[in-house]
Amino acid sequence: MAEAHPVGFQWVMEAKLRGTKVFHVDPRFTRTSALADTYLPIRAGTDIALLGGVVRYILENELDFREYVLAYTNAATIVSEEFVDAEDGDGIFSGFDPETGAYDQTSWQYAGQEGHSGSMDTTSERDTAAGLRHESHGAPIPGQVLRDASLQHPRCVYQILKRHYARYTPEMVERVCGIPQEKFLELARAWTENSGRERTGALVYSVGWTQHSVGVQYIRTGAIIQTLLGNMGRPGGGIMALRGHASIQGSTDIPTLFNLLPGYLPMPQHDKHRTFDEWTASIHHPGQKGFWANARAYCASLLKAYWGDAATPENDFCYGYMPRMTGDHGTYQQVLNMIDGKVKGYFLLGQNPAVGSAHGRAQRLGMANLDWLVVRDLFMIESATFWRNGPEVESGEIVPEQCRTEVFFLPAASHVEKEGTFTQTQRLLQWREKALDPPGDARSELWFFYHLGRKLREKLAGSDKPRDRALLDLAWDYPTHGPLAEPSGEAVLREINGFEVATGRPLGGFTEAKDDGSTAMGCWIYSGVYADGVNQANRRKPRHEQNWVAGEWGWAWPANRRTLYNRASADPDGRPWSERKKYIWWDEQKGEWTGYDVPDFEKTKPPSYRPEPGTSGPAGIAGDDPFVMQADGKAWLYAPSGVVDGPLPTHYEPVESPMRNPLYQQQANPARKMYPHPINSVNPSPPEGQWRVFPYVFTVSRLTEHHTAGGMSRMVRPLAELQPEMFVEVSPELAAEVGLTHLGWAHLVSGRAVIEAKVLVTDRLTPLRVEGRIIHQVWLPYHFGFEGMVTGDSANDLFGIVLDPNVLIQESKVGTCDIRPGRRPTGVALREMVEDYRRRAGIGPERHDPVVTPPDSGAPDAS
Amino acid sequence: MLPDPNSLAGPLDPAPEAGWSAAPPRMGFFTDTSVCIGCKACEVACKEWNDVPTSGLDLLGMSYDNTGALTANSWRHVAFVEQPRPAGHRTPPFAGNPTGGTTSPSSAAVGATTADPVGTEPGVPTGSPEAAARMSAGPEFLGMPGAQPPGRATGAESRSDFRWLMMSDVCKHCTHAACLDVCPTGSLFRTEFGTVVVQEDICNGCGYCISACPYGVIDQRKDDGRAWKCTLCYDRIGAGKTPACAQACPTESIQYGPLEELRERAAARVATLHERGVPEARLYGHDSNDGVGGDGAFFLLLDEPEVYGLPPDPVVTTRDLPKMWKRAGVAALVMAAAAVAAFVGGSS
Amino acid sequence: MGIRTFIEGWPVYRQLTGTDPLGRGAAAQSARSAELTARTETADSMARSVCPYCAVGCGQRVYVKDGQVTQIEGDWDSPISRGRLCPKGAASKSLVNSPLRQTKVRYRRPYATEWEDLDLDVALDMIADRVLAARDETWEDVDAEGRPLNRTLGISSLGGATLDNEENYLIKKLFTAMGALQIENQARI
Repeated sequence: MAEAHPVGFQWVMEAKLRGTKVFHVDPRFTRTSALADTYLPIRAGTDIALLGGVVRYILENELDFREYVLAYTNAATIVSEEFVDAEDGDGIFSGFDPETGAYDQTSWQYAGQEGHSGSMDTTSERDTAAGLRHESHGAPIPGQVLRDASLQHPRCVYQILKRHYARYTPEMVERVCGIPQEKFLELARAWTENSGRERTGALVYSVGWTQHSVGVQYIRTGAIIQTLLGNMGRPGGGIMALRGHASIQGSTDIPTLFNLLPGYLPMPQHDKHRTFDEWTASIHHPGQKGFWANARAYCASLLKAYWGDAATPENDFCYGYMPRMTGDHGTYQQVLNMIDGKVKGYFLLGQNPAVGSAHGRAQRLGMANLDWLVVRDLFMIESATFWRNGPEVESGEIVPEQCRTEVFFLPAASHVEKEGTFTQTQRLLQWREKALDPPGDARSELWFFYHLGRKLREKLAGSDKPRDRALLDLAWDYPTHGPLAEPSGEAVLREINGFEVATGRPLGGFTEAKDDGSTAMGCWIYSGVYADGVNQANRRKPRHEQNWVAGEWGWAWPANRRTLYNRASADPDGRPWSERKKYIWWDEQKGEWTGYDVPDFEKTKPPSYRPEPGTSGPAGIAGDDPFVMQADGKAWLYAPSGVVDGPLPTHYEPVESPMRNPLYQQQANPARKMYPHPINSVNPSPPEGQWRVFPYVFTVSRLTEHHTAGGMSRMVRPLAELQPEMFVEVSPELAAEVGLTHLGWAHLVSGRAVIEAKVLVTDRLTPLRVEGRIIHQVWLPYHFGFEGMVTGDSANDLFGIVLDPNVLIQESKVGTCDIRPGRRPTGVALREMVEDYRRRAGIGPERHDPVVTPPDSGAPDAS
Repeated sequence: MLPDPNSLAGPLDPAPEAGWSAAPPRMGFFTDTSVCIGCKACEVACKEWNDVPTSGLDLLGMSYDNTGALTANSWRHVAFVEQPRPAGHRTPPFAGNPTGGTTSPSSAAVGATTADPVGTEPGVPTGSPEAAARMSAGPEFLGMPGAQPPGRATGAESRSDFRWLMMSDVCKHCTHAACLDVCPTGSLFRTEFGTVVVQEDICNGCGYCISACPYGVIDQRKDDGRAWKCTLCYDRIGAGKTPACAQACPTESIQYGPLEELRERAAARVATLHERGVPEARLYGHDSNDGVGGDGAFFLLLDEPEVYGLPPDPVVTTRDLPKMWKRAGVAALVMAAAAVAAFVGGSS
Repeated sequence: MGIRTFIEGWPVYRQLTGTDPLGRGAAAQSARSAELTARTETADSMARSVCPYCAVGCGQRVYVKDGQVTQIEGDWDSPISRGRLCPKGAASKSLVNSPLRQTKVRYRRPYATEWEDLDLDVALDMIADRVLAARDETWEDVDAEGRPLNRTLGISSLGGATLDNEENYLIKKLFTAMGALQIENQARI
């Protein structure tokens, strides 16, 4: 956090001054470690084993915050007797189909509901990263559930959890993670001691957790701990995702993502969502409790915002215009399709996949096989110049005279040259005022896409093709101003907020959305950001003039709530858990919820409210069920649906690992998303003996001085000079083993690439003892590329493509490699070196990474 | 008005002594290295505000320090010190890991020998190998860096303790500033805030100030020959603003304010750290009885000053100036008279 | 300037007659130093902004003079950042003023070895033509069972996490209407 989000870290330092104990878990000792009270070096890719160890510690010692757990979680809920845990399936849960690599979730359901959910096959959810939908709401569960408040029923969630993690002992944590038991116990003790009415603990993670083939489950494990300890919805608690781009939260909420529409509405699927009714029903699940009951109004209002007057209740609001998904259309599938010649044109908008995405060579070869490429950026980035300066030009794989890709480089406006909102990592929208006009041909994306749309519509005017109706009927009349004809950002924000169609009155919030065509709303969760016709994101009441929650600075979704599920900061009766941890409480006199924040609960629903059985919608949520976006109002320790690779997080080895999974026969996540393609490969792992060709673990992350793929830092002098060269950090022990010298060169080889870097030998890296073996890990920054003031090989070139099945994020925080002293070969010899390693590792067209780990053959194993 | 008897050594409020009759309180920096996260925001914010040119694109290999030293082109410099030493109250970071001996001293020494001078005139070296090794190993460092082949040590020799010290260094704005005292042009002067500033419109690049500085701070820029260093953002503080580095600092490691207030705050911070089991916390440059009469920019350190590349006992190099000054004063008067005569003559 | 004022402004004169007999302070202050003020005070305008790097969302104040950004510093009113910035945020002025910034459209023909210039409007027009051509060439009306698809898989897009919500909204809206499904951004990485 100190390394990549230094200004956010000021709050950790503030907490430290007040006596907070800070633990930092990371494969490498970073600037955060330097300020932490305790640092735990960990083997990359084993966090579930560590966190599972903490879950076990809590349950075995009964250290959970029992009142909270009983009232606010599904700990007491009884699960179907058809459910078979991974503990009993040697690492695989019931319902797995090895052919498709996907689970059927029927047996994971709560008892008595196995048949109620229709098809629970997750094949298409896995293809379309459907898990992302749950960023704003929980997955559906139908009807009433059976509970055992004594938590003794063998099939209640609490007992299932206890059995699932029973083997995640301190000894096992040491065996898997390389973390000595005493240190693990120090963490477990501190975490559990800061739990209960008076105390809370907070958890912070970043892409060190998400970029794994089991990434979502890492976060699920953290959520289980925080829920067991009563740390959710309370001040000083929570799980904080530190995101790395100014509006990466915004670009998920209003998604430039293939599988989502604004507000986490799903992009229609060709077979399940043939009609508007099928589509909306799949979201709100008729009869279901919670706030999703109004989904039809959000859907209708979105289409009304898209197609304006043309969208009517009679024509299902032009639902027929919507494109349909048939499977995985994610960025990595796209790149493979580019290589196969299936994609004609590609837009890059402030993103640099030649450096920032996994398997850089695949990215560049894909771009070299397009008809045309549009790059919009501040700088001439690697993704714009791969055809003349890329490493494949040097290796002869791209010959400029034979590369047909037509490239348009269009300069972009910077953040001070346009107005608009960013959504930061806590869901807070902040408006930026424009300081000055962009220079030369530089323009905002707002300008580019508005005018591109205008031109497309002009060119299609008069077309009688049905396919062109969607463009011609599009509501695309944004006011422009100034000599550049810049569209009005405020007008777009007003449409996002939503308005009454007849009067144009901006809506006050999503509760005003209608499904009869009388409202238009571009993103339902952002509704309220333009309430009363005021740009609420532009509120800048100084921090000294308001309370510490600072609710009048910017605007947070939903409904300006700063802490989600904050009803949980009060006990079931609505009283603060303690004076010290007071946040939201029930005011008996006024008959409403009150406190420092906007209550994340119906304002006048008393704690004593109990719905009639069978009540659906928000009214179905009881007055003591704080998790209002979950269908049962409870925080889920066990997830009967919504997560496609298991209802409980389970330790799997990274796809590339020098270790056999010490916990299960199953080596890697069986539901991981794999991409068999000639350009893609996976280095062998045990039980395959050839893992020895790539004996070292590498991990990559950020430096304070640079930003992601470097496009905004390697081009900026005062930053470039602070970290001027690509390097690799190695421990003194590995340096001695391999013969590396400080500030000398080393090259690293994987089954995809070989890259070189200067060597920093440092005590900050350590070997780990795992299962009696010594595991060496090296660390690389991934910021470097071949353009800019400072250059170097790209670490992401080393990775192959394998994804988390829930969200289709790649495993790019851990891989295996070989490391050798000296510089890498150049030209043709470079590819020959990689080919030699591939031969020795048995990587070729005939080798397939096994979905289900075959029984150990007795051949050379992982010892 | 007669000069203060302490005008060249000893405790003194420098601004009134320098003729600022209604001087505001003396302003300065307190840099608390115990909360520094080494982000270098100070280095960048300083360069952005003061238009300081690049200091070169060299990988120095001195931990994460690629700036190397305070120079004409780096007015803030964050030092990174990797030490195999306990970090106060913390659990040893590598306890229980299969580590061998430490590499920090040898890495630091290699970094110091391979680095180029940082690109300014007269070329400030990033440090000697011996000093660099001492930085990493702490004052108890004995013997040759790298004598122990890295990774070969076992058992009792294995490293488990480790700490990473970070410290943002800056011009000390001495109470008795030798740079100012030796400046023959009046370019270096004492501001009303008690700070020491080079006036770029006056400096003629003679370079006397450079050898006079007991801290090795002030430096000459290669291309224009003039001397440059931290101004404590004279323009900003004159407008009631905070210096750029202190304003940017995410963790309040760099604090700006009236020096008296900062000294009180610093003393309290040291006491707190001592209570919390960090006995090594100590102040540097806060004592108005030290060799430079105390610094306008002082520090809380977690080790001996040498470890951070600071002189343990700096002394104003012009302590013996009074004798020299008498002669210089006479010379100046003669010059002044000649110059006035020349102008009067020229305009007639 | 008269001789008298000139001489009175001269450090040695001030030193000998004023409160600074050693000539190290008030007497040595140059005219430039005396007039110095923070350029934030004399800026033509100041815009309240937000840092473009990570997602912490630090407040920035952007000062402009004569059509140039002259300073970007932390906004001390912000409850998120309290006026502080990291090195990247602190380098924002150098980011927007970087000499490496591209301000002209560049065009690389198929099989060319060099860039060439291109007018912005022409570029926009050429891109629109290519979008329509790619769309026509790869359009899918229905699947094998006659269910609607309404899409093209011939166009891809990547990016959005560094852009504004309003921009992402227009991108998603336009691409959806074009039938271009394959849009992605850093949130997937």
